[in-house]
Amino acid sequence: MTQRNEMRLEFDARSMNEGFARTAVAAFIMELNPTLDEVADVKTAVSEAVTNAIIHGYDNPQEKVVLTCSVEGTAVELTVEDRGKGIEDVARAMEPFYTTRPELERSGMGFAFMEAFMDDVRVTSSPGKGTTVWMRKNLGNPKVADTYE
Amino acid sequence: MENYCEWKEGCLLVHMPKELDHHQAGLIRAEADLIIDTCRVQTLVFDFKKTEFMDSSGIGVIIGRSRKMSYQGGRVVAQNLNQRMEKIFVVSGLHKMIEKENS
Repeated sequence: MTQRNEMRLEFDARSMNEGFARTAVAAFIMELNPTLDEVADVKTAVSEAVTNAIIHGYDNPQEKVVLTCSVEGTAVELTVEDRGKGIEDVARAMEPFYTTRPELERSGMGFAFMEAFMDDVRVTSSPGKGTTVWMRKNLGNPKVADTYE
Repeated sequence: MENYCEWKEGCLLVHMPKELDHHQAGLIRAEADLIIDTCRVQTLVFDFKKTEFMDSSGIGVIIGRSRKMSYQGGRVVAQNLNQRMEKIFVVSGLHKMIEKENS
């Protein structure tokens, strides 16, 4: 069993930081001895949440995205937070294929991916104030997405 | 500019990068569209030989290019998917839209 361990990163809302954020999280959760597939699941979810903050949260790339990650026992908890535009209708934003940026060819699958690869995803948002995505995954528990065949 | 695309006799081969996220997606889209819009592409092949990571931004690139190809009546193929990419294809539903091949 590991003791609770937590980290916090704050970075510019630039697309080049998407890779940095997911790689940092992957390195941080290594102490839990995750499988390669679990690491990839978490990296994908981080990438989705951070990309959302960068594309939808802000127009100015000098604004900051805050990422926290904690591990305790076999669980990983993440938050990705922006203090940007916020989401009017969170339930609608989480519907698969719904996107407000079709011109950027967003697939509308960001939240669906987070939900597919993590055990629990919660989104709180207020227009004009920002959005926080909270996610949790228990390592060592195969998810539905792992047993698709 | 990095070269993702290889164009030969009606076939556009797109070498997908090691990590495909929103940051990379724009570069691939720009390069592939230049060829799709100016040459007569009959087959579009996405090659995932090097790809270890892809998020939903990559799905957007594939769906967008496939849509363009369907307007001009061409084939779209994905090849050399590793286990992770297979999973991404299934979760996103791409496996029902795109032919898969192993070269």
